[in-house]
Amino acid sequence: MTFVLAIVAAIALAGGAVAAESRAPTCDVPERLIPADNDLARVSAEVKDRHRLDITAVGSGSSALAGPDGARFAYPAQLEQALKERLPGVVVKVTAHVPSRQTTADMAAAMPKFLADDHPALVIWQAGTVDALRGVDPDEFRNSLDQGLEAIAAANADVIMMNMQYSPRTESMLSVAPFADVMHWVSEQRGILLFDRLGIMRYWSDEGTFDLYAATTGYAMARRVHECIGRALASQIVNAAHLDAAKMQTTR
Amino acid sequence: MAMASPPQSSTSERDLRLDLFRGLALWLIFLDHIPQNIVSWITIRNYGFSDATEIFIFISGYTAAFVYGRTMRDRGFVLASARILRRAWQIYVAHIFLFTIFMAEIAYVAATFENPLYAEEMKILDFLKQPDITIFQALLLKFKPVNMDVLPLYIVLLVAFPPMLFLLLRHPNVALGGSALVYAFAWRLDWNLPAYPNGVWFFNPFAWQLLFVFGAWCALGGAQKLGIVLRSRAVLVAAIAYLVFAFLVTLTWHFESLDRFMPGWLADWMYPIDKTNLDVLRFAHFLALAAVTMRFVPRHWPALKSPFLGPAIVCGQHSLEVFCLGVFLAFAGQFVIAESSGGPFLQAAISLLGIILMVATAYLVSWYKGIEGRSPVTRIKPSDADLAGGEA
Repeated sequence: MTFVLAIVAAIALAGGAVAAESRAPTCDVPERLIPADNDLARVSAEVKDRHRLDITAVGSGSSALAGPDGARFAYPAQLEQALKERLPGVVVKVTAHVPSRQTTADMAAAMPKFLADDHPALVIWQAGTVDALRGVDPDEFRNSLDQGLEAIAAANADVIMMNMQYSPRTESMLSVAPFADVMHWVSEQRGILLFDRLGIMRYWSDEGTFDLYAATTGYAMARRVHECIGRALASQIVNAAHLDAAKMQTTR
Repeated sequence: MAMASPPQSSTSERDLRLDLFRGLALWLIFLDHIPQNIVSWITIRNYGFSDATEIFIFISGYTAAFVYGRTMRDRGFVLASARILRRAWQIYVAHIFLFTIFMAEIAYVAATFENPLYAEEMKILDFLKQPDITIFQALLLKFKPVNMDVLPLYIVLLVAFPPMLFLLLRHPNVALGGSALVYAFAWRLDWNLPAYPNGVWFFNPFAWQLLFVFGAWCALGGAQKLGIVLRSRAVLVAAIAYLVFAFLVTLTWHFESLDRFMPGWLADWMYPIDKTNLDVLRFAHFLALAAVTMRFVPRHWPALKSPFLGPAIVCGQHSLEVFCLGVFLAFAGQFVIAESSGGPFLQAAISLLGIILMVATAYLVSWYKGIEGRSPVTRIKPSDADLAGGEA
């Protein structure tokens, strides 16, 4: 056994040395990771006709940040900022409903109220993490998603679903894959957009953009990740709603 | 009622193909259990609907019937049942051993890892605040960490096996039909065992038992009955066609751009392909794979004796030890990857090292069993069916 540990340790050291040389952090995301193949018709109409864009972000703890001014640095606020920059002259407002520990069933039940209160043109629905934590049956998860998406469709709002964060350190304990699969299938079946946060963060990890294995108590990296998520999300919205047709910018 | 006639002479000799494919399945399960492992691209789950779990459960059913069927015929129901339950107990102890290692890993991560980005995900560690309940639920097989679902399934299947084996020896087709009925009811009525903190078992025993019983049925003469079917050209063509179809479908999972070639009606009908309840598409994929394999890998294939396949065969012959080691190595490998922030080179090295360790351990176990006179190879006491046939 000592021999085994020695070999394992040797490999660990070798791997650590390779990983140490990381690249400069820009958070570009290739187009394939943020598909815009389904139209956001309502967003398009609101922006073009009324120069307004009301977005409601529904999610759980991974859509928020703790710490001083957490909400200001979390991705809903970052999305608002990025959209304002990209859509000059348009009034952009992002309202976040992101208490921690909300399961998808809780969010689906509350969805009609959010829709009635906010009258959003677009709902960003982040789901799955709490369901994975609680070990919710994936079939139930799917039913809850369907229920919430029906409510959103009935309110004539567009929707983008967002899946879990890529979290390599908890991967051996928290199995998010079955829930990510359900979200993928639901998005395919209903023809709605999915913001693949899992895939995008994994891409950043592989590219060395962020060291998602790092242990830290500081907020710097978490804020930067949320900023990048907000910007990538803004790109997806702008592309899918054809708001940037003249410039055709890619994600930056 | 007379017992079914003993299997023909060809089945009384150990079929090395079973060991070979179980050994390969163990390697693939190990590779698949390391998340994001670059080497897991070679594993069969990326090329079709079924994966190594199907192979493992089928062959386990086959060998269980092969070994304990003889005991039950020669020495009676009580003795065979006692042996089966002893085996289940050994697997239970192995599972709890792995759970202990898992707890140690989790406790380490809880003590050392912190990042505000993952405040929500880290709540998975909350169960450490109630170790009494968690450990108790683990002992009841209700709390099962990620990737520790296969052994509990195996335990439950073995515990329920004595009456099933009794029936299989007398009315094999009735037994298989009953198993299929349970499978159908599991689908229709949502039967499954409860898990902790909530939800159900990842591998639904009421569904997966079909594969185990089917393996047992094949071992007790069913394979001969299927011989005519398996030799027909039409079956071979259908099997290959289905494997190609499954391969094309899996391509659309890996290459987003191919997704548009997937007809909507087909996707609606097909998805989701349910692993928990052993989707019919998965079962059929395994059958097709098995049919093609049987056709092209004959029983007395000379390569089965070659030194190149020896390592896989020896792993298959000591599946419990090698399986447990594989789960442990997957934990350890994942841990090393996390501590050193990953990298494809490291993943490949750990994958290779893991398989080498699994093979070395299998040879060591083989050597131990050899000096105790219970190796499946030396087989000196044919009267003792349990030992003569190797492990179930």
